[in-house]
Amino acid sequence: MSEFPTRAKCVVIGAGIVGNCLVGHLAKLGWTDMVQIDKGPLPNPGGSTGHASNFIFPTDHNKEMALLTLASQKQYIEMGMNNTCGGIEVARKPERLEEFNRRMTSAKSWGIDSKLLTPAQVKELVPFINEKIILGGFYTPSVSCVDSLQTGTLMREGAVKSGNLNVFANTEVLDLEVEDGAIKAVITNKGRIEAEYVVVACGVWSPRIAQMAGANIPLTPAVHQMADVGPIDILQKSNAEVAYPIVRDMDTFCYERQTAGSMEVGSYAHRAIFMHPNEIPSNEASALSPTELPLTQDDFDPQMEQAIELMEMLGDAEIKYAINGLLSLTPDAMPVLGETVEVRNLWSAAAVWIKEGPGIAQLVAEWMTYGYPHLCDPHSSDISRFYAHEKTEHHIYARCDEHFNKTYGIVHPREQWASQRDMRRSPFYPREEAAGATFFDARGWERPQWFASNEKLVKKFAAACEPREHEWDARWWSPITNAEHLQMRESVGMVDLTAFNEFDFTGSGAMKFLQYMCVNNVDVEVGRSVYTPLLTPGGGFRGDLTIMRLAVDHFRVITGAFDGGRDNYWFNRHMPTDGSVVFTDMSSALCTIGVWGPNAEKTMSKIVTGDHKPFDVSQKNFPYGAVRNVLIGGVPCTMFRISYVGENGWEIYTKMEHGLRIWDSIAAAGKEFEVIPVGMGVYAVTGRIEKGYRLMGAELESEYNPVEAGLARAKVKSADFIGKAEYLKAREEKPCAVMCTLEMIDNTSKSGIKRFPTGGNEPILTKTGERIVDTKGRVSRVTTAGAAPSLGKYLLLAYLTPEHAVEGNELRVMYMNELYPVRVARVGSQPVFDPTDSRMKS
Amino acid sequence: MKILVCVKRVPAPGARINITADGQQVDTAFLGFTVSPHEECAVEQAVQLVEKHGGEVTVLTLGPAEAQEQLRTAVSTGAVKAVLVPIDVDDWDPQRTAQAIATVISGLELANGKYDLILFGNESADSCGYQVGIRTALKLDRPIVNGAKGLEVENGVATVRRESDAGVEIYKLKTPACVGVKEGINLPRYPTMKGRLASKKVEITQSTPLGDVGGLKLITLRRPPERASNTKILGTGPEAASAVVDLLEELGVFK
Repeated sequence: MSEFPTRAKCVVIGAGIVGNCLVGHLAKLGWTDMVQIDKGPLPNPGGSTGHASNFIFPTDHNKEMALLTLASQKQYIEMGMNNTCGGIEVARKPERLEEFNRRMTSAKSWGIDSKLLTPAQVKELVPFINEKIILGGFYTPSVSCVDSLQTGTLMREGAVKSGNLNVFANTEVLDLEVEDGAIKAVITNKGRIEAEYVVVACGVWSPRIAQMAGANIPLTPAVHQMADVGPIDILQKSNAEVAYPIVRDMDTFCYERQTAGSMEVGSYAHRAIFMHPNEIPSNEASALSPTELPLTQDDFDPQMEQAIELMEMLGDAEIKYAINGLLSLTPDAMPVLGETVEVRNLWSAAAVWIKEGPGIAQLVAEWMTYGYPHLCDPHSSDISRFYAHEKTEHHIYARCDEHFNKTYGIVHPREQWASQRDMRRSPFYPREEAAGATFFDARGWERPQWFASNEKLVKKFAAACEPREHEWDARWWSPITNAEHLQMRESVGMVDLTAFNEFDFTGSGAMKFLQYMCVNNVDVEVGRSVYTPLLTPGGGFRGDLTIMRLAVDHFRVITGAFDGGRDNYWFNRHMPTDGSVVFTDMSSALCTIGVWGPNAEKTMSKIVTGDHKPFDVSQKNFPYGAVRNVLIGGVPCTMFRISYVGENGWEIYTKMEHGLRIWDSIAAAGKEFEVIPVGMGVYAVTGRIEKGYRLMGAELESEYNPVEAGLARAKVKSADFIGKAEYLKAREEKPCAVMCTLEMIDNTSKSGIKRFPTGGNEPILTKTGERIVDTKGRVSRVTTAGAAPSLGKYLLLAYLTPEHAVEGNELRVMYMNELYPVRVARVGSQPVFDPTDSRMKS
Repeated sequence: MKILVCVKRVPAPGARINITADGQQVDTAFLGFTVSPHEECAVEQAVQLVEKHGGEVTVLTLGPAEAQEQLRTAVSTGAVKAVLVPIDVDDWDPQRTAQAIATVISGLELANGKYDLILFGNESADSCGYQVGIRTALKLDRPIVNGAKGLEVENGVATVRRESDAGVEIYKLKTPACVGVKEGINLPRYPTMKGRLASKKVEITQSTPLGDVGGLKLITLRRPPERASNTKILGTGPEAASAVVDLLEELGVFK
């Protein structure tokens, strides 16, 4: 073994599935001079990889997770480590059969061959199942078992053979050194090693290691119970590692997976059991391994009963091995990937399961190499997504406790968290609560989705406010949203936008800096604004926001609640170090109200003044896109004439403490126009979709560029910016997909009821039911779905290939495993409602 | 045939046994609990005898309330009755333990008749005293043979086989008798799922212990110095072959 080095280009800590595949991918991408260390022995250092169940069910409703899982399975196949056995999810409850229809739909989106089975058909494939207690199955022939230890070993050894990696097992990290905000060195029991890059791929230990550098990787080790029972005659006779499809008993949150002559029974049904990373025993003190703890039998007993119910033969099989296995959970059940926000060049590749491990390793390697991943947008895995309160153990435990039993659960796309609510309240909260708001969580902010006080309007707009017949479509939804929408379009509404993030950039270098960050020209007149995408180096969307120029050297960036953390990191990461730009996060200092509708101008003209002077809020004096500092009832406010709902009006910013007063002033002024509070159901869905406005994380992802999204401007500014070269290239090419608005022609299901797609990646298909995949391999799917009450339509947003992106073209959308006819209503960014934007500008 | 098996709850150790700061206990923060391998074999032997001859197996332990877990494990592998002699510390000294167990057994036998066999593990896995079985037998005035590697019962006579350096010793004991069972006598079965579920339903009898403090007192626990590894890597791959041959010759394996 070579001597322990004193420096390396990159140190990867951890030799589980992630660390091993990561060094393999980095080596393939040209990285040299790498060192990998693990405190345990090889090939199984004792982390979660060593006891994983190692199976892959590829279908996931989440696009990012589905793509990562499929990419992983592809790698396992390429390495000969993928054993295809098929897998069946079985239903015991009727609502699960509905969920299977939804899974069929997601499987279609990602091109995964799946089918629904009757109990008898399940029995044909799994002869030892008790088909009498199940209602049906969701069968995926490509479900597989993989050898994650051997895969990791091959990847690691590949990097070693290429001469780019040295590996040191039994090497424990004692400390991490940071200098000027960047990682400097790793201190181990074998010596100190300086490194330009350090990656924490330490699974359940990741928070502990990151903490040594003052960085935060928010995850908790948590118990997943499993038992290996056998020998079982029929399994032994199969003479194979896995001869029968893996069964997921979805309604008991259990699985049964053959391992040669035995059956492995695993559970996500028990209480959530957490362990602190500092409390995990050492390899030396562990009976089995640090992540294979003694089974707490009482927690597992109910699952044994259910398992025997499903497969009677399990009852007489001996329990040969049973553990409380540790795995990683995060507050939102997604991985934690990317450069840590606290320490430059210290990366996290954590909270990753076997099924997505190799794909995530590829993604992180690309990210480290190219500045952004190519595989897919890591939007919901990005470590910078977390706000401060979301990185606390308090939050991690509360949320993981809530979602652990939903691992096999039926989770609605609009489902709300029950724990950790009321973390952040806008100053308008008392009024909203009094108006009977139903609050949705927006990353800690309580935001009204609709108001019970507007229920009376449902009668007024009865035709547009039909209740939804299917409980699934009606869940986390109210017809009041449609009523609020129409009242706003008829008169005026007030929207709480306090969850916005406001980032102020000041100083002599502010303009130059923002020019470099943004696609569109930010060098506008003081008092004007600019909408702009931010791009990845590859020319895909990295952000989407608006900027006000408040003074020559003062810009204010406005971005949404769901992207604040990521955008904050992205700006910070690129800030000049010469002090010419000062970044101040104003998000907790400012509150925002949107006032929109035909009577918005009349309402505001009553209360807006200059200093002791009336202030003319007409379009002539205060045109669309303009920003003005004014007084409202004597309170200093910044008004920004803009709209995300397609109406004349403003976003009004003021200091948090003035908020309630401003709210009351506007409400009083608008009383004669019957002003109403309007929820996010309008702002984020119905108002937006009628106008075809794109949303970061939905329509706008790093896989797509502004040309495809229909957001490319006529001219490109001369200043350089991130992604410019790729952007210019994209402008020269004919896009292979374009964002379109589609309308449902008929949403009546086979059973005769009206259905309303939720917008959870439902595939857009040809009339004959074929998937539409563009030349870059991206599939057409619904990115947003919502009612258009002003049009009496139900709209969908989706990217389509040029041959299908033709207005009037008829296609199909699959929803809950049924096909519905849809028509292309608009190609590109032109809205379906008020296509000339006359309402906003007059 | 009625057989009673006495077991003791002990930590299931990891590779390295950690000791609490006060030196009084094994640190069990990350450990599960079990009984000694000898006792697992004693339960298995009892179950096999009953399977052959009919009857029932009762399992008994003196220990904390948590020791019910070990009783239920024994039930899940074939015992049908369970008796807990609860104490409010983890362990009693062997004299006191034996006195308490003997008293409880006498009480049980008074109510239900004598046990044909009372089985113990050869020694406990934690304190390794080799005492409780013998002391209990003495108090009950029954014969005992320790170190049993074979046990059969025919016509009221237990035949015990034990191994010694000199060869094999065979003992014949008239029942009721006591036997200390040694690991290797059989291959104990694992609990089945059904067994485990059934064990949850068994009612555990509790008997109040009586017993005077004996003479053995724990002063402190100490971990012995770790043995230095004598492993020497001779090489890897085909290049190692000549070194292996040299060593085998040196050891006299090759001539």
